[in-house]
Amino acid sequence: MPAQDDMREAMLTAVPNLRAFAVSLCGDMDRANDLVQETLLRAWAHQDSFEPGTNMSAWLFTILRNHFRTEYRKRRREVEDADGGYAERLTSPEAQTGHVEFGELREALLHLPPDQREALILVGASGFSYEEAARICECAVGTIKSRVNRARKKLAELLTIELEHEAEVEHELLIRRAV
Amino acid sequence: MPQTEKLEESPNRGRLSRDIQRKIGQQLRAMYTDVVNEGVPDRFADLLRRLDEKNK
Repeated sequence: MPAQDDMREAMLTAVPNLRAFAVSLCGDMDRANDLVQETLLRAWAHQDSFEPGTNMSAWLFTILRNHFRTEYRKRRREVEDADGGYAERLTSPEAQTGHVEFGELREALLHLPPDQREALILVGASGFSYEEAARICECAVGTIKSRVNRARKKLAELLTIELEHEAEVEHELLIRRAV
Repeated sequence: MPQTEKLEESPNRGRLSRDIQRKIGQQLRAMYTDVVNEGVPDRFADLLRRLDEKNK
């Protein structure tokens, strides 16, 4: 059955990007892998709902994103019962992901509201257009644009002290080289 | 003279904020690419193979 082999191939190809998207959303590699697994299972079970000729990767991202949002709402309710255990975990994402070098950025991302976080990652890292991101998030293109802008502004606020310093140092070096 | 100060300060701030946005964009993509470059962990290749065999 060639169609099924194509499906499997396309899904395999999408896995690295799905994992990157998932871990950017949740800040935890174990949880990201579970999200991807669940996404693949759902996609496989609902192959019929994929329209041939459309973007397979966008379809899988949509499934992952919806699953994350459902999980997120469920977890929030759990947190309200279990005095902030999850909030505590959120403050140390670098301990969970093993990607220490991006610890501060990951932490800052987790401080964004999820709708801004997903918009920024889809457009700023996954390489989707505003239109594609709007379809994945089921909202208007203008909404995605404003979410991305707000996300960028907020991240800049969160990361500014360190980055300002870096930018200053770089600039100093450039000036010194130019002189 | 506060007005001169403002004139001197504003392009500097604009430059900083552009630099910061550029850096955030770079870091975001680098962080993302780092995970993409890990490729496909065995568990996912195995999962899809099992699903595929079940359907055949």
